Amino acid sequence: MRQAMLALIKRDARLARKQGGGFGAALGFILAVMVLVPLALGPDQALLQRIAPGMMWLALLLAVLLTADRMFQQDFEDGSLDVMAMSRMPFEIVTFTKALAHWLTVSLPLALITPPLGLLLNIDTSQLPILWATMILGSLALSMLASIGGAVTAGLRRGGLLVSLLVLPLYVPVLIFGVAAATASLGPSSSTPALIVLSAITLMSVVVAPWASATALKAYLR
Amino acid sequence: MILPLRLKAENIACERGGRLVFSNLSFTLSSGEMLELRGANGSGKSSLLRLLAGLNAPTTGSISLENGEPGASLAEQAHYIGHVDANKSALTVAENLDFWTTFLGGTKAPLSSFNLETLADDQALLLSAGQKRRLALARLRCAERPVWLLDEPDVGLDSASRLMLQNQITHHLEKGGMVLAATHTDLGFKTARTLQLGAVL
Amino acid sequence: MQRFANPTLFLKLANAALPWLIAATVLLFAAGLYTGLVTSPPDARQGETVRIMYIHVPAASWALFIYVGMAFFSAIAIIFRHPLADAAAKSAAPIGAVYCFLALATGSLWGKPMWGTWWVWDARLTSMFVLMLLYLGYIAVWNSIDDPHRAAAIARVVAIVGVINVPIVKFSVNWWNTLHQPASILKMGGPSIDRSMLLPLFLMALAYAALFFTLLLLSLRSEIAARKLRQARLTEIGKH
Repeated sequence: MRQAMLALIKRDARLARKQGGGFGAALGFILAVMVLVPLALGPDQALLQRIAPGMMWLALLLAVLLTADRMFQQDFEDGSLDVMAMSRMPFEIVTFTKALAHWLTVSLPLALITPPLGLLLNIDTSQLPILWATMILGSLALSMLASIGGAVTAGLRRGGLLVSLLVLPLYVPVLIFGVAAATASLGPSSSTPALIVLSAITLMSVVVAPWASATALKAYLR
Repeated sequence: MILPLRLKAENIACERGGRLVFSNLSFTLSSGEMLELRGANGSGKSSLLRLLAGLNAPTTGSISLENGEPGASLAEQAHYIGHVDANKSALTVAENLDFWTTFLGGTKAPLSSFNLETLADDQALLLSAGQKRRLALARLRCAERPVWLLDEPDVGLDSASRLMLQNQITHHLEKGGMVLAATHTDLGFKTARTLQLGAVL
Repeated sequence: MQRFANPTLFLKLANAALPWLIAATVLLFAAGLYTGLVTSPPDARQGETVRIMYIHVPAASWALFIYVGMAFFSAIAIIFRHPLADAAAKSAAPIGAVYCFLALATGSLWGKPMWGTWWVWDARLTSMFVLMLLYLGYIAVWNSIDDPHRAAAIARVVAIVGVINVPIVKFSVNWWNTLHQPASILKMGGPSIDRSMLLPLFLMALAYAALFFTLLLLSLRSEIAARKLRQARLTEIGKH
């Protein structure tokens, strides 16, 4: 089964590279947000520094969200999911593996590249390490939760808006603790409690999302 | 294999979108046998195949595979080739087959089974409809599974490709497999039994 | 399953219960509003504005309970495949959403005299806001998927994932609030609630419940009728 999982991850990574539209477009989106923030709020360096971690998190979260509706759509339309549902691999493992592939090809690269972009918002460089840590950890939760939205809308022509409405409320805790950990490093409080809660939320999403996605997708396969 | 496989459907009914597609359907199929599903559009040929593939559950009745691999469901012992080909157009023919071979637990990508060797390094995107269909059909040989569920397998195939399909089916039946094929054309098997769907509702 | 489930018994019970429920709703609202808005005393600190509480608090609590109820019905639908459970969850959603909206609107109205602003990102209001989004998402799923069986199966997942999310959001927002809350803001409610306030609050909670069950039964009744109609039409199509 491990071989099958690896094969699926490899295939999705290859598809992501050849088809584009995932990581590249999402990165472009984050850059666009970085430009729009100072244009909307004014170039006040102190203000930008204060809101930088929150803005970075918001940009990352929305960028991942934008890729969510395509996570299962193609595999559903071309019949690949039918074949996968008939394999020895439990369908929950299939959805977990696909969400994992999404993390490796989209969310994780974005989480790695986003913190340095904070320099555009005059981010306090001492915050960068903790921002990296929370984003790497939290991006896994972002991919897992996005997979629920992707599965629920797999068979819909226009699923994008619905995905946002469904997934954004699920992103609330990730956002709160991701930003809390990053900003706590500045003040007197420590980032540790927020990081622990963020890990718990990520773990929980890893448990719940594959089941939810599998159940929703099976309704489409019927 | 000592005991022959028996696929048994008893009094199954199928519903799709709240509509009763068929009901009270029973049949058995044994090793080496082929069953052609016939009937008008909407008579439930595809629905029946998807039921057998485990993608949908019958509203009533039961489906079982006797003397099959212990602990494995019917779906895990079946190949299903539907209307769509389950190929990735951005990947090459070899990459597509390699993936399904590993994923389904086979050992070697069956490029030769449908004469795909010369196309191996071409993107599936570039293939003609018939070639794409051959690539989909090659999945039947990615891993050995006794039950083949084929939904209009010959659509888009030229006469040479149809011959390949016939050879593969003959070979599979000789080895003790079984084939259920929904079709509107004659697949060329005189010994095949026929199940007419939609005759009585 | 749908075609074999017989909702006749349910319809009989619903029809018998409805007049009583409607009467109870009217009486409870009359009693609750009268005691709440007329006879109960104004609050020492908040004055007359405390009366918004009788509208606000039961709406907020029931909005939460109804969502939990939807998830419960969804779980029942998954485990026992009872066709009425999906319909119940589906029918409950718009009522819960309206309660939730009512809680948000009255919370905002209450905020103006209390905090001097229409909206404060206080922990409770923020959680309520997220709950509203969960309601809207659930309703949108039913609306955007054509096949009702498919919609039902997917809506179940959405309701259950949502109900897991609710306590996590509540916890996160509380945490976030303690980080950001300036000390000067007054806390809603008081340290103690006078007994004279409990009676109208209790009556209003019952009134909201009675209204919920009345609307739920009415909605379920038309849902069942719509299903029968659909079934009849599909059988007709099947003959051709």
